[in-house]
Amino acid sequence: MSSHNVKIGLEVHVQVTSLKTKLFCSCSSDYRGKPPNTNVCPTCLGLPGSLPVLNAEAVKAGLMVALALKCSISDLLIFSRKHYFYPDLVKNYQISQYDGVGGAAIAKNGFITINFNGGPKVVRIRRINVEEDPGKIIYPTGSLLTSKYTLIDYNRSGIALLEIVTEPDLTSPKEARIFVDTLRSMLEHMGLVNTELEGSLRVDANISLAGGSRVEIKNISSSKDVEKALAYEIIRQSKALEHGESIRRETRHWDDVKKVTVPARIKEVEEDYRYFPDPDLPPIKLSATVIEEVKSKIPELPDQRVERFIRTYGLSEYLANVLVARKVLADYFEECVKTCKEPELIGNIIVNDFKRWVEELDLSMNAAINMLPPTDLCRLIHLLNGNVINIKILKGVIPKVLKSGKNVETVIYEDGYADISDESVLMRIVDEVIQENPKAVSDALVNPKAINYLVGQVMKKSRGRANPDLTNKLLIKKLNEIGRASGSAG
Amino acid sequence: MIYLMKLLRNDAVELVKLFQSDPNLIDEYVMETYEVIDEVEDLIKSYITLRPLDDVLRDCREVRERVRKGFKGRLAGLLIAVKDVIVTKNLRTTCASKTLIDFLPPYNATVIDRITAEGGIIVGKTNMDEFAMGSTTENSFFFPTHNPWDLSRVPGGSSGGSATAVSAYEATMALGSDTGGSIRLPAAYTGISGLKPTYGLVSRYGLISYGTSLEQIGPMARNVGDLALLLSVIAGHDPRDSTSLYVDEVDYTRFLRLTPIKNYKIAVIRECIEEGVDKAVLTSLNRSIYLLESEGFEISEVSIPAIKYALPTYYIIAMAEASSNLARYDGVRYGYHVRVEDRLWDEAYSEVRSNGFGIEVKKRILLGTFVLSAGYYDQYYLKASKVRKLLYDEFLKIFNQYDVVLTPTAPSLPPKIGEVITDPMKLYLSDIYVCTANLVGLPAISIPAGIVDDMPVGIQLIGPKLGEGTLINIAYIHEFKTGLKNLTPTVVRPYVQS
Repeated sequence: MSSHNVKIGLEVHVQVTSLKTKLFCSCSSDYRGKPPNTNVCPTCLGLPGSLPVLNAEAVKAGLMVALALKCSISDLLIFSRKHYFYPDLVKNYQISQYDGVGGAAIAKNGFITINFNGGPKVVRIRRINVEEDPGKIIYPTGSLLTSKYTLIDYNRSGIALLEIVTEPDLTSPKEARIFVDTLRSMLEHMGLVNTELEGSLRVDANISLAGGSRVEIKNISSSKDVEKALAYEIIRQSKALEHGESIRRETRHWDDVKKVTVPARIKEVEEDYRYFPDPDLPPIKLSATVIEEVKSKIPELPDQRVERFIRTYGLSEYLANVLVARKVLADYFEECVKTCKEPELIGNIIVNDFKRWVEELDLSMNAAINMLPPTDLCRLIHLLNGNVINIKILKGVIPKVLKSGKNVETVIYEDGYADISDESVLMRIVDEVIQENPKAVSDALVNPKAINYLVGQVMKKSRGRANPDLTNKLLIKKLNEIGRASGSAG
Repeated sequence: MIYLMKLLRNDAVELVKLFQSDPNLIDEYVMETYEVIDEVEDLIKSYITLRPLDDVLRDCREVRERVRKGFKGRLAGLLIAVKDVIVTKNLRTTCASKTLIDFLPPYNATVIDRITAEGGIIVGKTNMDEFAMGSTTENSFFFPTHNPWDLSRVPGGSSGGSATAVSAYEATMALGSDTGGSIRLPAAYTGISGLKPTYGLVSRYGLISYGTSLEQIGPMARNVGDLALLLSVIAGHDPRDSTSLYVDEVDYTRFLRLTPIKNYKIAVIRECIEEGVDKAVLTSLNRSIYLLESEGFEISEVSIPAIKYALPTYYIIAMAEASSNLARYDGVRYGYHVRVEDRLWDEAYSEVRSNGFGIEVKKRILLGTFVLSAGYYDQYYLKASKVRKLLYDEFLKIFNQYDVVLTPTAPSLPPKIGEVITDPMKLYLSDIYVCTANLVGLPAISIPAGIVDDMPVGIQLIGPKLGEGTLINIAYIHEFKTGLKNLTPTVVRPYVQS
């Protein structure tokens, strides 16, 4: 693959899910799961006479990302209209930004440092736009080709989006994936995007191979698929080039069910978006005060957090990076460390077991954490430290919990993974055995060796899970009590 | 002959006072208005949608009860006509286009809420050039409107229906919209007053956009006092319009005084009287100049060389914005639509837009699309924006020395129906004096200045930013001096006791 001198640039669209309202109206930004076309108003439906009013919080979100990505920020905030006819676009133009004559992107010329092959790599950011999301086209069969009709849901229309565009600095699908993961973690850490929400992060990828033309792949919805789609394209294009075919400049769609790219409908003419500054939204000066205010609110970012994890918890760079790549995971780690203070062990378990299983089982990170909350993970560590379970058992419990949704205690006892070493549980069994065996008890009171019979009974009753040492200890304690009681009576 | 108009001959302010003292007069006034409408509407065709009398009487009863309980709304009981470019909740709003033939807005424009809050009653939606594109009200999908002074002539446009409704006493006042003279031109052609406010003074929320950066909603009335009253109600900041100015509410009726607020200095733009102006227009303008001079105002000629670029600049900007604003009419969500089964969506779009829009609208969309195209943007739109800035700077300079600028409203008397509609150059030239105020965002008023051959002639005063008070003060003095107030066009004369 490397022989092809691959150039990849990405356009990442992220919804600012932390906002309460849409970009230009007061409809809720929480549109998911609502009945179709109920989260709408004259403005986000583009009804005649309606006008946009800018959500200032969306601009602050854009500024925060711009600052975190080390961009230079435009003096003026200018919104431009981008014209194209499509049924999901209520006005047949999108209120966006234009980095050209008459317009401006909110920010440009930034960079992100990613960790690739153990070393840092700088990926330049060309620009960031603030823009509105269109509505959603729904094909009843799930496919454009086989659907008899099309439905449109405008609940999403007008949701605030940030479009983050890189320079073509990426050279492999894997690198592209790491870039998306790094960016996602930054957005999560800034508290702007809940990337677990379906459709909150969408990627278009531009790829060109030496000797070929630029091909755009649209509609990729995860970093995993970014890697897959690009890998697919490299194979497709390099095969074509090897066969002496030329690569056309074209747009392709990523089919995330079949995991292939398919050509989009070919347009006869190059799209002309006829950008011009939106006269409904006068330019706004982005004052130093506002920028300073946003700057002061930037929370700890991933690279700072990685450093802190290494410094404070003594984690390896690898562990720290993997944990911080997902904010929820890093938060989970710190929650656990707070409770049971074994950072390295916890870090290893989270990265090598928990995270691996979450991915393998295709769970959402939040759901998985709910199934195995920090207290439960710490309980496992506690059992491990008390030699109640060994590390192998611990590693086996995690997938069982994640698959079954049962809690740690239940899994451990149901599956007989552990000795019964809980004193109160064991004491109940000991009591029962003493009640049921008065003869053996009297024997044991005179002949200490006869206690072995009672131990055997406890083992039997607990189906072999009673901790022998503890059983012994508890039986002696109980017999002593009985002896003293009868002694004083006699 | 029965004289229908008794109450109707009163100014709006007087009517409101009468209604306060006797709320029952509101019904009488409404009945009188509807009688006039019965008589003249078929001749002039002001309304696309006239509300049924019963509906209006129901609203009127409601206002009457409120007045009885002490409601002192500034428009309480008055009938107001609204140009069909302003959305009205559950009242059909068509923009005089087939595209919006059945459009029932689910919301009110801010100006409508402001009017009803003051007790005003909407009487109907008035005819206009489709999407406000035109100067004659002949470009309506429905029918042309006729000038009440001479039925063979156009009433001007695009707010022609609002102008004729007011002029012919089918409503007491009206709302128009003015993108490039669309309030002032028909006001001049029908012998009434019309004002285009400073850009941003009146909310555009609910005004169906044509040339976004140029247009304002404004009042139209038979006298300056009524005009000031309606302006006072509709003007003011609106958080729903991002281009709305942060201004305090102003009562413009306090500028209705015969002693001038100051000794005004008035500039007449040389380029507007040099050539291409009808003698009738010039005669009226000169009489106004004489009257104003005799009031002690200082009047001088000034030159604005860039004004010769105003008309092409206006059309480039208006058409560019129109091509964008009108993109949304695709038949998917509302309005005129066609069968879409078994067709690609863009085929359906083409059919909707080919059949739904009239020829003038399509022409402007095409030209606007062209001027915004890649490679032409700099040459047209950007250049036009620069000329716009240049014009604004020239006006700023003038307003350093003068209080208002005086021009004719239109270069000629209203043309005959069908006379100019086929001659675009002549048609567009009628906007030559009025469109400049839209380019520079300044307030401008057209008031009657004379009646020549039984046709009214208007003059225009342009003021500095937020100079509406000055315009109203001078217009009021001018109205008093000329006596050109509550004019009676030919079509209603039989119903007036002279």
